[in-house]
Amino acid sequence: MGAQKKGATARVAEDSEVVARHSLQAILLADSFTTKFRPITLERPRVLLPLVNIPMIDYTLAWLESAGVEEVFVFCCAHSKQVIDYLGSSGWSSKPKFSVTTIEANDSISAGDALRLIYERQVIDGDFVLISGDTVSNMLLTQALEEHKERRKRDANAIMTMVVQHSKPSPITQQSRLGTDELFMAINPDTKQLLYYEDKAEYSKGFISLDKTLIADNPSIVLHNDKQDCYIDICSEEVLSLFTDNFDYQHLRRHFVKGLLLDDILGYKIFTHEIHSSYAARIDNFRSYDTISKDIIQRWTYPFVPDILCGSSAIKLERQGIYRASEVTQSRSAQVGSFTVIGQGTKIGNNTKISHSVIGEGCSIGSNVTIEGSYIWNDVTIEDGCKLSHAIVCDGVKMKLGAVLEPGVVLSVKVVVGEQFVVPAYSMVSLIQQPTQQDSDEELEYAENSSGTVEIPSDKLNGEIASDLSDTRYGPTPELGTGGVGYIWSIFEGAHDEEWRHSVAPIPTDKVAKIMLDKDEDEELLTQDGNALVEELKSDSEDDDNEGSRDDYASFEKEVEATFLRAVHENVKVDHAVLEMNGLRLSYNIAAVDCAGAIFYSMMKLAVESLHSSASELQRNAMEVITTWQKLLKSFLHDIDEEIEVILKFEEICLESAKEFSPLFSQILHLLYDKEILQEDAILRWADEKEGADESDKMFLKRSEKFIQWLREAEEEEED
Amino acid sequence: MPDTQALVNDFLNKLKKRKIEGSQAAAKQTAELLRSVISQTRVPYTNQAAALIQSVKAVGEGLIAANPVELAVGNVVRRVLHIIREEDLSLTTAAMAGLNLSAVSDDEDDVDGDNQPVLSAAAIAAASRSTLRPPSLQTLLEDVPDSAAVPHTSSSGGDSEGKSKSADKSSRSRKLKHDVIEAVNELIQDINTCHEQIAEQAVEHIHQNEVILTLGSSRTVLEFLCAAKEKKRSFRVFVAEGAPRYQGHLLAKELVTRGLQTTLITDSAVFAMISRVNMVIVGAHAVMANGGVIAPVGLNMVALAAQKHAVPFVVLAGSHKLCPLYPHHPEVLLNELRSPSELLDFGEFSDCLDFGSGIGAPLLHVVNPTFDYVPPKLVSLFITDTGGHNPSYMYRLIADYYSADDLVLQRRATSGN
Repeated sequence: MGAQKKGATARVAEDSEVVARHSLQAILLADSFTTKFRPITLERPRVLLPLVNIPMIDYTLAWLESAGVEEVFVFCCAHSKQVIDYLGSSGWSSKPKFSVTTIEANDSISAGDALRLIYERQVIDGDFVLISGDTVSNMLLTQALEEHKERRKRDANAIMTMVVQHSKPSPITQQSRLGTDELFMAINPDTKQLLYYEDKAEYSKGFISLDKTLIADNPSIVLHNDKQDCYIDICSEEVLSLFTDNFDYQHLRRHFVKGLLLDDILGYKIFTHEIHSSYAARIDNFRSYDTISKDIIQRWTYPFVPDILCGSSAIKLERQGIYRASEVTQSRSAQVGSFTVIGQGTKIGNNTKISHSVIGEGCSIGSNVTIEGSYIWNDVTIEDGCKLSHAIVCDGVKMKLGAVLEPGVVLSVKVVVGEQFVVPAYSMVSLIQQPTQQDSDEELEYAENSSGTVEIPSDKLNGEIASDLSDTRYGPTPELGTGGVGYIWSIFEGAHDEEWRHSVAPIPTDKVAKIMLDKDEDEELLTQDGNALVEELKSDSEDDDNEGSRDDYASFEKEVEATFLRAVHENVKVDHAVLEMNGLRLSYNIAAVDCAGAIFYSMMKLAVESLHSSASELQRNAMEVITTWQKLLKSFLHDIDEEIEVILKFEEICLESAKEFSPLFSQILHLLYDKEILQEDAILRWADEKEGADESDKMFLKRSEKFIQWLREAEEEEED
Repeated sequence: MPDTQALVNDFLNKLKKRKIEGSQAAAKQTAELLRSVISQTRVPYTNQAAALIQSVKAVGEGLIAANPVELAVGNVVRRVLHIIREEDLSLTTAAMAGLNLSAVSDDEDDVDGDNQPVLSAAAIAAASRSTLRPPSLQTLLEDVPDSAAVPHTSSSGGDSEGKSKSADKSSRSRKLKHDVIEAVNELIQDINTCHEQIAEQAVEHIHQNEVILTLGSSRTVLEFLCAAKEKKRSFRVFVAEGAPRYQGHLLAKELVTRGLQTTLITDSAVFAMISRVNMVIVGAHAVMANGGVIAPVGLNMVALAAQKHAVPFVVLAGSHKLCPLYPHHPEVLLNELRSPSELLDFGEFSDCLDFGSGIGAPLLHVVNPTFDYVPPKLVSLFITDTGGHNPSYMYRLIADYYSADDLVLQRRATSGN
């Protein structure tokens, strides 16, 4: 084996020389193809939104550069001109040893389209990093890349490595940190192969369903709910061609990953790489914007932190996590609290209080203003006495005297809030009117996003709308108070209860309590089912340990019983019940024989436990159960041995657990024969076997003597 | 020139991304980069020194801004500037001397030219005074108000050049660059060998059966200890692990492979162990002009413990770590906060860093500073490649290595921002 390994590594060394020769490429999607950041993204692309005063794309590009990527293809779709202009003006396009090429397309409506287009261009010639332009990370790529290449050499079907991160396994953490739903992944702990991916698990049902072949094919599976998807993928070139082959793939995760996992014809495999100490996260919505901003301020993303990215002479980190640019005018009486960033050229007036906030460049903040947990971008004017808490205020916004923003408000570019006006919680305010048709179908949201406003240059748009608004400013119903400019977007149907999920504001305590409550209920439900959320199903083929196997059998029996009862109570179809039983059988590595016995046992138990006052009633109960579930039982009775096992089991039941059955033994045996669950051969062989047993053991044989006699005669007659 | 530009950018990037570990590496690479900058710079016929200084300054400013915490980069930039000034001066004096000689010979040949030798003699006197006098406190004080040292020297150079036009001009211009590059090579050599230079003095400081305490890992300390070991001194070393990076573990491993009796302790056990220690020997990140030390985090604690028990606290530092700035200088960034992930696993603590619930701010803050500042009064001795020095002597070494004009490099400071 050692020799083999050596040979393999030698080959690897050779190959890696070949690989090392061509540079590492990356595809950066500068469009999210979603509408989570609306209304801001109607006017500016998401990747250029400032994250702690630096455009998001800078973090991604800086990381790619330091991670050793040499060629980046930036795919721009919505607001492509702005992205291209930015890349040009910020110097990213003209770096030696790090080439940034933009690929522009205005008709792509999804990541799938983007990748198909890139495939057509034929610019990718090897492994590449697929990343979205709103990802912040400081992980080292080398190890993940090596693992990926290593696997590729062993198995050409290992086309993708997905980076995941450990997080606390609690729905509240996922929700409150990144504003995403809980993510379930099944991973083979040995090979790190990803087997199952579900980011939209339905809570109402409280369960997720795994394909039984997964359990059959893999010696062990770990089902995780404590992993966070970092949306950093290392892909091989096949990924692009796969997108082209499957033209219906749109979403990277929902379609591509799940599609590959389900499709076992091509046999492509996805693997995971877990990062521990480094940081990686994607800004998916306003909540993760808030969270990641705070992580950056707390330096988890080091060295991609403001004072280093901007050059330390521009921004200095002071005590208590205050980042202050070099030219800030701050009144003596103003209080700047901890973990706050204040940009270049900002003026802060008397008695103003700022805490846990990010203030952009060139803002002027008046006196007696309170700013708490808010993100204020560049050139914002906030007049005296305003109050802001947990709001996002975009470039060029004006807040007039005494205006108030309640938690969760988003003010898009150049909105003006009138004097003393209180913007209600969770409002989205924009100069652009809300698009009239709101389709909850996400597929269409992609389309809307890109086709909405791309064609109109935003400055022109703003100008027009501003002038429009100035006409209507003194109209009958100014939406934002006297002198206010902008439309408050109405929250469309279905999202009424959900607005808090994705907003920057902290989750209201009652909602937190609700999530926790839901979670507890879930857990109860799950423990009842005997199905813990994270369970390790192991099927060791070599199971010498008798005791272990007996324990296994006992727990298996219980499991079967629970499943059967659930099937009965929830009216599960027989077919599904069969599948489930089979799954259980495989996961416990139990022979079909024992399985049939266990099922029969649970059926009888059900019959006994249902109401009955006399033996005849019990018989009727048993008959009912057997008639309804005969198919289930039959599907585990493939040969005579198994049928005999059922009879033996029945004997055992009559002797031990349910003595009520012992007088009915022969009747039920007859019933089973009638229903063609047991063949006469089986019964006869059982009888023959029992012939030589002890007297005590013959009790049931004697009871069913008549029936057997009858069977024998019938057989003889047939033979005649 | 584009070649150097690419090199500069590359190095800038590395500095920015904090990819260069250790001040020695940073110093060496800076010196090498500046050498190539100098060799690529086109030198005009007049004011060569000024042109070189200009280009080195331009590059140096960028380098310092890229990672202001790595003071060694700034030190090397200033050293190179100093070298250029020195070489220029010595060439000028040499030219003067040559002129003088020729003037003397002129004198012998021509009796008319009476005025010239007098003038040149005065010039020689001025030049020789400025070059040959030993750098003393008095000259330092003289120099500081004389902010126009560059124009002064260059003007004198220009003067002399005007006069020595007949002398081979081209060879002179080549000579300056050549000399400067030679001197920078020497500097690189010095940086390379500083460990050995320091280690040579080990036997004078470490005695038989002593117990030495150190914290974290420093290549200088390792070489120092091993040098003493090689000279057949037998002694024991206590290594404090140096949380959170635990480089002390590596040092302990290395010491053991070299056959030294080593004890690994936690940082928090330093105070308990210090009473058994004869000497504390540590490395430094930078030595400031007042003799204060910027050192890996935890060393101030060790220094205080050493002072409490009257244990000598010895700091080893190559001369490239000698920074001409004072710690209270506004341009000096004393510390850098690194990622909290060195302290704890992000995944494990993600629930403590929950911003969504509660007050919207996490209750847990993790602070991970890289450096400590050890005030000069806690340091007993500095051992540099030139020998052992008292903290109060540091300013004197600085006067040897740097010219006063280069102390403030950043344009930002001059433009009053």
